[in-house]
Amino acid sequence: MSQDTLFDKVWELHKVADLPGGSEQIFIGLHLIHEVTSPQAFGALKDKNLKVKFPNRTVATVDHIVPTDNQSRPFKDNLAEQMIDTLEKNCLEHKIKFFNIGSGKQGIVHVVAPELGLTQPGMTIACGDSHTSTHGAFGSIAFGIGTSQVRDVLASQTIAMNKLKVRQIWCENKLSNGIYAKDLVLHIINQLGVKAGVGYAYEFAGPAISSLSMEERMTICNMSIEGGARCGYINPDEKTFNYIKDKLCSPTNENWDNAINWWRSLQSDENSIYDDVVKIDASKVEPTVTWGITPGQSIGINQKIPSLREIDPNDQFIAGEAYEYMGFKPGQSIRDTPIDVCFIGSCTNGRISDLRVAAKVLENHKIAKNIKAFVVPGSERVAKEAKEEGLDKVFLNAGFQWREPGCSMCLAMNSDKLTGNQVSASSSNRNFKGRQGSPSGRTLLMSPAMVAAAAINGKVSDVRDFLKK
Amino acid sequence: MKGKFNPPLGQFSQIKGKCISLVGDDIDTDRIIPARFLKCVDFDSLGKSVFADDRKALKGNHPFDLEANKGASILIVNSNFGCGSSREHAPQALMRWGIKAIIGESYADIFYSNCIAIGIPCLTLSKKSIKIIQKYIENKDLFFEIDLLKSTAKSKDLNFNIEIKETSRKMFLSGEWDTTSKLMDNNDLIENKLNNLPYIKFNSSF
Repeated sequence: MSQDTLFDKVWELHKVADLPGGSEQIFIGLHLIHEVTSPQAFGALKDKNLKVKFPNRTVATVDHIVPTDNQSRPFKDNLAEQMIDTLEKNCLEHKIKFFNIGSGKQGIVHVVAPELGLTQPGMTIACGDSHTSTHGAFGSIAFGIGTSQVRDVLASQTIAMNKLKVRQIWCENKLSNGIYAKDLVLHIINQLGVKAGVGYAYEFAGPAISSLSMEERMTICNMSIEGGARCGYINPDEKTFNYIKDKLCSPTNENWDNAINWWRSLQSDENSIYDDVVKIDASKVEPTVTWGITPGQSIGINQKIPSLREIDPNDQFIAGEAYEYMGFKPGQSIRDTPIDVCFIGSCTNGRISDLRVAAKVLENHKIAKNIKAFVVPGSERVAKEAKEEGLDKVFLNAGFQWREPGCSMCLAMNSDKLTGNQVSASSSNRNFKGRQGSPSGRTLLMSPAMVAAAAINGKVSDVRDFLKK
Repeated sequence: MKGKFNPPLGQFSQIKGKCISLVGDDIDTDRIIPARFLKCVDFDSLGKSVFADDRKALKGNHPFDLEANKGASILIVNSNFGCGSSREHAPQALMRWGIKAIIGESYADIFYSNCIAIGIPCLTLSKKSIKIIQKYIENKDLFFEIDLLKSTAKSKDLNFNIEIKETSRKMFLSGEWDTTSKLMDNNDLIENKLNNLPYIKFNSSF
């Protein structure tokens, strides 16, 4: 059992009680909600005649269902309108802070909370969304929960949970030029597999992690769940504190000094004990692209799609399904695969640094004919900053569509969808069957820079060829 | 799903029913319930949409459409079932279709806790045992009697010692799997915890 890791420390700090049956009651420091997984939880409160325990420990925004073309109300989609309307009413009734469209603070919940300074080291953070692990980038213990647990957090500010084991993923050396956090995390998931993280929290550490920016660290922690780990985190350091400083909800003055002193004390001890440790050599990572229907089915840009014999026996069944669904053959190159749609956005890669990197690749280029390409900023704040830097113009000049913030085609709950068996180059996090809105649509996950390169050439390309010029 | 839907309540130790087998690893919650069906403010209508896209692709030959599986309530799955999104809509859709328990090789974490939270026991068996069960179902109907107290799944021809997490087992046997009131019982401890967390003090403005 792990000892003296950041996870152990934060868990102990938030433990309220041992529950009959053996699980533990854990206090949730920050609860984030959105329109999709909260209405039934509020409904359950109403049925049980319960109140929200600490309304100021919950913050709401709207992201999954929002249209990215025309956001005027009422939304064209009646069901989407009903969902935002329900969230508005629930927040009003229970006095929960709601960052609505047009507030300047709306966006994807996992983009918004860090940029407002709500996400801080040492907190427990829960949200009815599996990508809540994103917030672990700040040294918080953050995980996705289901709607019944959303109800529990609203009613008691706590949940019942079994403590997770801790696996340290030590990333040695550094990423090469043209290789990004997305490539690293896809590589890690490929090496460990999509089930390896079940029952674990992942601690990402080592020189390759320390040298990442906060936004890159969020990309890493965001995809912990794709490796099966509902929680992923990184020990906080000076970069973490600098990122939080002067954000809207960050501590100020004397409180800032107290906060930073406490945050500095929050680290996995040098001789802490892990349930498992694995090592990854970051210098070996190539631009990485998925070829299958799980985020673990990826290869480097210069590799061939593996044959069944090269795949672990436990993963052969899903590999067989993947060849058939994707229309790929073992031994085929991923490079030069023709693309129909390019999507830059999502809680994985919809932040300002992602847009900057993609815009840099696109500068003085036009996207290939017959490609539909669009960029969806992760939040209103990201959109504003991008416009101030003129990034929107770069995207528009290249032939991309510039959209309003939301989750968009990461999960296609709005009208942004693939059609038929289109192939998308996507900076999002999941390549599951049908994930991007068409039951036969195909998704290739990659970094935003690689999406930009694919858009220019109309096929999967090595972004490093653009960076050399 | 005709008739009124009744979710489980209180304590239970036995589940009897016909098994339905779904072969495949890493079946994610987007497949169990595609995102477009999440546009709802309650869970009531989800039962008919379970596996909607997979079913459409198989044109009536999906296990959830086969006449032979009508009325089944014990779902047999392989490994990492329910990976991906945290949507509770997935187990809610399975439950509203008629699933009362799942037996499989392994489950994704969030899916597992969502199932327990709504009263669906997720039991585990070895890869080999699941294969035996799935093979059997190919030819014959299988009716299991699951006993949570004895940790067994029994039928005329097949008998297994099943595994279930001890915490989950105790919750079902005691009827305390509906957690809200248990958590609220510790109100004083919760208040104390809030007052003693360092960051609550220096985030007074929030």
